[in-house]
Amino acid sequence: MTHATATADMMHPPVPAEPGSGVYSNKLGMWVFLASDVMFFTALIGSYIILRFGMTDAWAAPGAVLNVPLTAFNTFLLICSSVSMVKAYAAIADGKKYFLRPVPGKVLRDGGLKFWLLVTIICGAMFVGVQVFEYIKLVGHGFTPTGYREGSLVAEHALSDPIRYGAVTGAMYGSTFFTMTGFHGFHVTCGVVSMLYLYFTKVLPEKYSAQDYRGIETIGLYWHFVDLVWIILFTIVYLI
Amino acid sequence: MTSVAHATPAHGEAHHAPMSFWRKYIFSTDHKIIGIQFLFVSLFFLLLGGLLAMQIRWQLGFPGKPMPGGGILPESMVVNGVILPEYYIQLVTMHGTFMVFFAIMPLLVGVYANFLIPLKIGTHDMAFPRINMWSFWLALLAGLIMLAGFFVPEGAARAGWTMYAPLSARPDLSGASVGQQLWSVSIVVLGLSSVLGSVNYITTIINHRAPGMTWFRMPLSVWALFITAILAVLALPVLQGAAIMLLFDQTIGTHFFDPVAGGQALLWQHLFWFFGHPEVYILILPAMGMVSDIIANGSRKPIFGYHSMVFAIVGIAFLGWIVWGHHMFMSGMNPTLGSTFMVSTLLIAVPSAIKVFNWMGTMWRGNLRFHVPMLNAVAFVSMFTIGGLSGIFMAATPVDIPIHDTYFIVAHLHYVLFGGSLFALFAAIPFWYPKMFGRMMDERLGKIHFWLTFVTYNLVFFPMHIIGMGGQMRRLYDPTLYNFLKPQQPLNEFITIAAFALFATQVIFAFNFLWSLKKGKKAPANPWEDNGLEWSLPNPAPHGNWERVPNVYRGPYEFSAPEAGNADFLPQHVKLATDKEPAGRLER
Repeated sequence: MTHATATADMMHPPVPAEPGSGVYSNKLGMWVFLASDVMFFTALIGSYIILRFGMTDAWAAPGAVLNVPLTAFNTFLLICSSVSMVKAYAAIADGKKYFLRPVPGKVLRDGGLKFWLLVTIICGAMFVGVQVFEYIKLVGHGFTPTGYREGSLVAEHALSDPIRYGAVTGAMYGSTFFTMTGFHGFHVTCGVVSMLYLYFTKVLPEKYSAQDYRGIETIGLYWHFVDLVWIILFTIVYLI
Repeated sequence: MTSVAHATPAHGEAHHAPMSFWRKYIFSTDHKIIGIQFLFVSLFFLLLGGLLAMQIRWQLGFPGKPMPGGGILPESMVVNGVILPEYYIQLVTMHGTFMVFFAIMPLLVGVYANFLIPLKIGTHDMAFPRINMWSFWLALLAGLIMLAGFFVPEGAARAGWTMYAPLSARPDLSGASVGQQLWSVSIVVLGLSSVLGSVNYITTIINHRAPGMTWFRMPLSVWALFITAILAVLALPVLQGAAIMLLFDQTIGTHFFDPVAGGQALLWQHLFWFFGHPEVYILILPAMGMVSDIIANGSRKPIFGYHSMVFAIVGIAFLGWIVWGHHMFMSGMNPTLGSTFMVSTLLIAVPSAIKVFNWMGTMWRGNLRFHVPMLNAVAFVSMFTIGGLSGIFMAATPVDIPIHDTYFIVAHLHYVLFGGSLFALFAAIPFWYPKMFGRMMDERLGKIHFWLTFVTYNLVFFPMHIIGMGGQMRRLYDPTLYNFLKPQQPLNEFITIAAFALFATQVIFAFNFLWSLKKGKKAPANPWEDNGLEWSLPNPAPHGNWERVPNVYRGPYEFSAPEAGNADFLPQHVKLATDKEPAGRLER
């Protein structure tokens, strides 16, 4: 049981008699969990690679079915949220608990933890929103987890240009696309919900300080990981 | 915490407010209570898996004859007392699933990782007690979802515990839709539970060791559980990913494993066994670790080759990642790949043999004490050796071709899972029973149970090698349908009768376990005269374990050390005049 006094620096816990990893347990636990999450996405992405490149027939060309510019914007949003997460981390490491504070001689105001974490939450939530919008559009056009729906717009295109639309491989395209991006979206949603929870229970009541901001650093690790996974997914699912 | 000058282990810590029954025993975050919860739940699933096995044996020994008590089962399973083929395949599927995922794995990892790690490394609780509680409740939820399979229309999953696609993926092939889906959902939930638990074990062992508990002073049980947790954290997510894809195939119409639409059936096997082979070591490494502790205790000698034991565990765990293809020699996988997997598989014999020889080296010229845990631990070593040797048969591709998917495989896996893991558990349960409940299990009943189990177990599983060599297929419904199997039918009947005896013998264990809870002999402070840190606490250990964690001065196997004087053991926390305090002790 930890009995640290309020002034103890929890970010750099005193070295115990039996040195452990040198980082506090929440952070170590998150790293271990991320290792397991790497294996989870490896299973999904590895299956995608095997299924796609084990095919003798053509796979749909990049941008034929999917809306690449929309998703590029979404990727930009998620990268922005990673940047704002770093800003939130840097702010609380400097002890800036506030939302915005004027800086003498400058127009822009200085953002604190409350500001930057809110920006991160909004960007993350917008990412999920855009993804839901994208799914609705795709399914509306006839691109579903089972493949190209018969009689739909995409199916008609595939009939007229079977190579560009990967008419034969449509079923596998739908299976892998929705599973991989869906589970990534689920991870983003979990991150947004966790950050909202922290925002109302820890950030607004100003529980974090320059001496203890473990929650922010731990959720930050998770957030950057989810961002990294998306960059890989965007590359291999949308761009190639 | 400055008031605690003398380290007398008192009853709980003063600052813990009294808790309600629900907080204390049901939604507990205490690692010991969670371990005990796991113990009761997984013993229930062990019993359930055993009941399923008895029905399988009835059908194999006496095919077409009415099963005693079969009348209570519904018409969809049993007609006129005779097991239907549709029910039989559910039996073999669910027997495997329950035993692997809900009996042996939680018994070894859920019970003993939770119970032993904080006690043996000297800390108050796990690093994340609430996540630990979630890990238990998710495991129970997964078990109940799996169990629900028997109560839905069409019954439980039918594709074998390995769930080979496309049989598992397409309800039109397997004949079961909801049962198959429940299997997938349950496995996803169980995977989450295992990952949460393992994150906890790893973090706790790295960050929360008592002062002086250096890496190479850790008991081998903790080492084994640590390596097992690493395997679980990396292997279970792969199974989860595969189970999710399977679930989507079954529900929303994806085609990952359906070759008709361009999917790959072999992909399931690769994913399953990429998880499945590390899983094999998840099921045996903790057993090896606990057996090492018990054999050193029963031999009153330091474990032979402590460092080589640690490196053997690491070696087995590493090799476990690169051998999964040996489950798939006959699947249509590239035969060249088969040779690679054969070589990597045979390599595992090296660290395994190191362990077996070290156990024998530990016992050699020891002052042996054959208490019940020691008897079962020695049985573990001998039975694991037989199971390991039959494993070499099937690792060799030319030999595997005739024996694959026969009862030879069934014999092998029961020699390592029952003869290995379960005997280790029959050793571990009485050994740490006093630490859990404050009472001893009955020694005489324990010995009767051990000898009857040891004999009947071999009568059940050894002849399976023979009927396997004779060609009897695994998951076969009725051996008498094949002329070439008919001469073996008396042997099948013999196995069935022996299996009933084996099952009946477990009543002794169940009685001993339950009776001793209330009526067992009160346990002395250190009943086995062991060196582990857990024995510096009263029995049962109080909430929060120590008020002030002890200092550790030596490794866990200092038996018969000359420094100890008249005693033949020297606990890790006892300070001799020559011992130095661990550097820089801080209150935690």
